Amino acid sequence: MDYAANLAMTLPEVVLGLGAIALMLVAAWGGPASTKAVSWTAVAVLAGACVALIGPASSGGQAFYGLYRADSFAAFSKVLIYVAAAVAIVMAPDFFRRTAGDNLRPEYPVLILLSAAGMGMMVSAADLLTLYVGLELQSLAAYVLASFMRQDQRSAEAGLKYFVLGALASGILLYGISLVYGFTGSTLFDEIAGAYAAAPLTGDAKSTGLLFGLVFVFAGIAFKISAVPFHMWTPDVYEGAPTPVTAFFASAPKVAAIGLGVRVAVEAMGPAEGQWRQIVIFAALASILLGAVAAIGQQNIKRLLAYSSINNVGFALIGLAAGTPEGVAAVLTYMTIYVAMTLGSFLVVLQMRDADGQPIETIDSLAGLSRTRPGLAAALAIFMFSLAGIPPLFGFYAKFAVFYAAVQAGLFPLAVVGVVFSVIGAYYYLRLVKTMYFDEPTGVFGEGDRLEGGLIAAAAVIVSPLGYLAIPALSAWTLAAAASLF
Amino acid sequence: MSFPILSLMLAIPAAAAVACLFLSPSTARWTALAATLVNLALGVVLWLSYDIGGAQWQFVEYAPLFGRFGWALGIDGYALLLIVLSVFLMPICIGASWQAIEKRVPEYMSAFLFTEVLMIGTFAAQDLFLFYIFFEAGLIPMFLIIGIWGGANRIYASYKFFLYTLLGSLLMFIAMLYMSITAATTSIPALMNYDFPPQVQTWLWLAFFASFAVKMPMWPVHTWLPDAHVQAPTAGSVILAGVLLKLGGYGFLRFSLPMFPEASAQLVWLVFGLSAVAVIYTSLVALVQSDMKKLIAYSSVAHMAIVTIGLFAFNAQGIEGAMMVMLGHGLVSGALFLCVGVIYDRLHTREISRYGGLAINMPRYALLFLLFTMASIGLPGTSNFVGEILSLMGTYQVSTTVALLCTTGIILGAAYMLYLYRRVVFGEIKSAEVAAMSDLSPRELWLLAPIAAAVLWMGVYPESFLAPMRKDTQILLARIDRARPAGDSLPTRGSGIVPAAHAETHAQGSAH
Repeated sequence: MDYAANLAMTLPEVVLGLGAIALMLVAAWGGPASTKAVSWTAVAVLAGACVALIGPASSGGQAFYGLYRADSFAAFSKVLIYVAAAVAIVMAPDFFRRTAGDNLRPEYPVLILLSAAGMGMMVSAADLLTLYVGLELQSLAAYVLASFMRQDQRSAEAGLKYFVLGALASGILLYGISLVYGFTGSTLFDEIAGAYAAAPLTGDAKSTGLLFGLVFVFAGIAFKISAVPFHMWTPDVYEGAPTPVTAFFASAPKVAAIGLGVRVAVEAMGPAEGQWRQIVIFAALASILLGAVAAIGQQNIKRLLAYSSINNVGFALIGLAAGTPEGVAAVLTYMTIYVAMTLGSFLVVLQMRDADGQPIETIDSLAGLSRTRPGLAAALAIFMFSLAGIPPLFGFYAKFAVFYAAVQAGLFPLAVVGVVFSVIGAYYYLRLVKTMYFDEPTGVFGEGDRLEGGLIAAAAVIVSPLGYLAIPALSAWTLAAAASLF
Repeated sequence: MSFPILSLMLAIPAAAAVACLFLSPSTARWTALAATLVNLALGVVLWLSYDIGGAQWQFVEYAPLFGRFGWALGIDGYALLLIVLSVFLMPICIGASWQAIEKRVPEYMSAFLFTEVLMIGTFAAQDLFLFYIFFEAGLIPMFLIIGIWGGANRIYASYKFFLYTLLGSLLMFIAMLYMSITAATTSIPALMNYDFPPQVQTWLWLAFFASFAVKMPMWPVHTWLPDAHVQAPTAGSVILAGVLLKLGGYGFLRFSLPMFPEASAQLVWLVFGLSAVAVIYTSLVALVQSDMKKLIAYSSVAHMAIVTIGLFAFNAQGIEGAMMVMLGHGLVSGALFLCVGVIYDRLHTREISRYGGLAINMPRYALLFLLFTMASIGLPGTSNFVGEILSLMGTYQVSTTVALLCTTGIILGAAYMLYLYRRVVFGEIKSAEVAAMSDLSPRELWLLAPIAAAVLWMGVYPESFLAPMRKDTQILLARIDRARPAGDSLPTRGSGIVPAAHAETHAQGSAH
């Protein structure tokens, strides 16, 4: 296979990489004045990367001797990632302009582009080293983004915390990779799968090594998707990071990490399904429970949404636990709807600011929002009911899909425990609705930005019952994407 | 496919609900009233054009819009009657809130119209998941109605209502997933004829029971109801008691009995046991209430228990009686909550002890309140009598003990309702405030009079209501007859009365 074909398959990453480098040069010479131009160009680059997905990049198969895979699963995840990244760029300028302290610099969109390139590598990886490189590229950009407001202590702390814990996670993952490599003799997913299929995993030295490798790899991935028990960094980082960055963390990297986890589980370790399923089930239920219980006492809305994201990852993992093509399709469906809900929620959080434009993050400040800003309150209520999985909102269909897959795979106890825990989660989502609708207003938020308002409205429409009309297309696409893994 | 009248009945209130959000309070009121009246008219058209004794499912619509499930609507006799009940009560609810609700009127009207959409949708859905969506979505507007426009303790009540019913429904949801995968269909009519293995049925039945028992509500999971009723605004209580409680009974009728006949028969002891406890216990609790709404709420639990025993009697009297109790209770408890609302609007308290002697200064009110009190007790000539007698007769054929226990509910019902009526309406006027209360305004009269007429209609000529569901009951019985449980009544066929002797007894009877 010649290089042209290989590059055609990796075209989205090429576009993103070149775009990021070029924009970095612009940023270096242009300085802060170029921020706006760089931001919009970055959005255009992301759109270009989406366009680049058409053709061999979404159907080419193996590239670079099996290190990289261009299939519809990767393409689907990449579309989600690029859209979320674009929204994260678009929502930033207004926030930084109003917030005292650091201004937005042109590095912000560049870092997001680099991160998006890394995420694309993650979901396309067909080799443990490609995976690791992609993961690190994404993470390094993310560490910088978390501490983007250098003069804000919380932001700096968030960046440091994210870095230290992320490095630990990378270490765990790398250790797992080395074990897997040592006992299978390869880093290619296909060959690893062959080794797992050949070893009976019954207790001799080799199978113990394989099992340990699997456990460590999954622990590393659990860290990245912030599944319990590796979730500790999430609330602190989400709270400290600037809100647009938090929105980014909660959406795109999460899709990438879940996509990576799914691919490793199904492609590399598919034959060891019985082994990793236990891990996934535990992580799923523990995330749902802890995400729900720990959120109850939160006063800060960003922390609350952090726990909500932990909770939602748990539900997505239920689809993975099923281990079937339907299950993987359900995970993708879940993440699609989750991205819409979570970006919408964070866009609403961006609107929470006092008359001077300084951000407010306490939940109590939402009191009576339905009187002062009825449209905003309605949108947030839609997102909250949707995150809680209450029909007729689209979040219900996300949960429908994963539980359908779980029941189809015969995992009844998992499904029953999962739904029972989801009632606990409903409680804190209701608390936000209660604060907005039942309590008396305490203050008025400053006026919103038109662009952000439009994005909120778009997210609300997707999440509203109108979203159900997209189900046939969504399920056809996700099933096709999932089928490419099996 | 014929004219999609059911979709239209869903679309009109949905469109009006969205429109209300953007209107001024007074326009929102009129919009809501107009939309609900149009829906009432459509409901009447639906009833008149329903072909009694015709196809089991009529007005069928189907569009495979949502991938795994579709937009499937269609009604049988049971659904028809419950839809008619819903659209009948809705304009009354809007009217009852005309002056009582002053703050955030557009949102209020919108929430009520959404509730109407969801109620009609629940009764008309022919797809398992479409049903679930409508069924469950009803929580959102009700949560807001209780929480925003409710009484002092409204937040606790709204949470309790929401989380209680959500937990029950989610178990049902898992059962639905299993059913749709196993039977490879989401069509309710198809599932009603699908035979699940008996041991699986038990689990599925219990999962559905978890949901419907909470919705019903059955003892001991009824505790959300008094809280929700007491805190909800008057119209909220009317809709809650009038229609939302019927979802549980409708669920038993639509899912538990035809889909899991063996499990229903096997667990009949559970239903009978809980119902018998509910009738006696909640009636006694109602007797000691000092809050009018709470008293009526507990009486609802007792009445709903009569519904459940009738449904699980496995015979035509029981099932038709249960439906009649549901319809009758929907009207009567709705009217009773309106009656409470009328005096609450004047004195702003629900404490029974603050009232007294209303017969003196509110004679018209006293008369209508008396009618509904008697209907609630089940006096012959009113709606509830027909239902209760049929339901208890059906039960008597299966279980003498349960029929005996549940019939005490009628006596206790008379006790608490008459006691309530005596304290509020008879006696001396308690205070100057009470003396200053004016009689029913024309608006209030217009709200109560149609219900009074319907209550009498159901009591005097129940055939209008029994006819649409007769065929459905036969179909249902044919389906579940194979599982009919052996009761403790052990009825033996009489030796037969010779016609001459019968005529003689009859003559003696009329001579008395």
